[in-house]
Amino acid sequence: MCATCGCSGTIGGETVAAVAGEEGRDLLLQEDDEAIGHAQDQVHIDDQVRAHVHERPHPRAVKSKHAHLHKHAREHGHAHEHEHEHEHEHEHEHEHEHEHEHAHANEHEIDEQEHAHDHGPARAEGTAARTLQLEKEILGKNQLLAERNRGWLQGREIFAVNLMSSPGSGKTTLLERTIRDLAKQAPVSVIEGDQETRLDAERIRAAGARVVQINTGTGCHLDAQMLRRALNELAPAPGSLLFIENVGNLVCPALFDLGEGARVVIASTTEGEDKPLKYPHMFRAAELILLNKMDLLPHLSFDVTRFVAHVRLVNPAAKVVRVSATCGDGLPEWYAWLAERGASVRRTA
Amino acid sequence: MHELSICQSIVDSVCEAVPEGEVLVVTLEIGKLSGVVPDAVRFCFDACTRGTRVEGARLDVVDVPGRGRCGSCERELDVNELVAQCPCGNPFLEILRGRELRIRSVEVN
Repeated sequence: MCATCGCSGTIGGETVAAVAGEEGRDLLLQEDDEAIGHAQDQVHIDDQVRAHVHERPHPRAVKSKHAHLHKHAREHGHAHEHEHEHEHEHEHEHEHEHEHEHAHANEHEIDEQEHAHDHGPARAEGTAARTLQLEKEILGKNQLLAERNRGWLQGREIFAVNLMSSPGSGKTTLLERTIRDLAKQAPVSVIEGDQETRLDAERIRAAGARVVQINTGTGCHLDAQMLRRALNELAPAPGSLLFIENVGNLVCPALFDLGEGARVVIASTTEGEDKPLKYPHMFRAAELILLNKMDLLPHLSFDVTRFVAHVRLVNPAAKVVRVSATCGDGLPEWYAWLAERGASVRRTA
Repeated sequence: MHELSICQSIVDSVCEAVPEGEVLVVTLEIGKLSGVVPDAVRFCFDACTRGTRVEGARLDVVDVPGRGRCGSCERELDVNELVAQCPCGNPFLEILRGRELRIRSVEVN
């Protein structure tokens, strides 16, 4: 959330706070005292237009003055003023770091016009250096491309499942079996991500699905742009089921939204039951967790109850389905989940 | 090593936002719960900036501590790991802060 005026924001793709458009209320919400300022044009949930100016005194005569333009939907026929104080912790980029408290006097005049304003960046004293407040999400470009992919897929009623796992969990074997079992009912296509080789793509094609292989080279994950290119090449049929087999890695793919309809993690009984605790980002991002290689359980010391308890610690909402891709155990439940989630995606399209 | 992609995105964003001039300092906000390791970003930064206008710039990283809210008792508390438990016994916390991955500012000449 923006600390200056309390408008809502997303962090790492996760909505952290939403401010309802109650009149006069949004300025009082100052939960996030980390961020200072925000982009010049800011759209509030209640979509009103406002401008405000901040002045903050600075011990070394570095004066920062900035103003913001906001759009708001509800029209006000009156003006009102707010004053508030809050604490900021921030660093300056010119040879000193500090923490300080300061007061903001925000004067808001809300009417139906947009306000013009200047936005003077802080200047370091005595040098030509300028500090530009960017406040840009590092993964913002990937997020934007992912949302475009999501729209593209939804518009065609394609249910895209991002399959993620460590190497050797049986992802490709599970996919082969799934394709053989489901391809008769509806078209299935696959985007295969691997660092090198077309081996998996050949296996998938042999199982009966259309496939595009992406070799990421040194890259350890797929990103939204790679998916975009693969979608253009693959051109999956409207209403079809699309599997995206991510690079075998339980770390990096968790951070990159592709625009998929659902994220599924495949773990297996030949791995440790502490995987969810070791890779919480990945398990937290998943909607469904398939525990594969259940047929090997009699030969292993893997404790399924402990594994499920660890999943619950990281992601209590995730569904856990026990399967064996080679024997077929548990697969009907996996197919039922695909059918149900696929139908819900198509309903919202 | 997703930090390499992260660094590449940083360089692209900075070059786009600052079309001319020399970039002296890049300041990032990296949340404790973001899944990105600041040291790994530093490690990749020099390699990714080489040959760009960001080459030679200093990288400052502001750590953003984690904050969560218990889904059961609604208490807010500091969390610096994704797997954290509320004193009330509920193991799952809604993350309020700490997933930041943001370019806060750049200093340019």
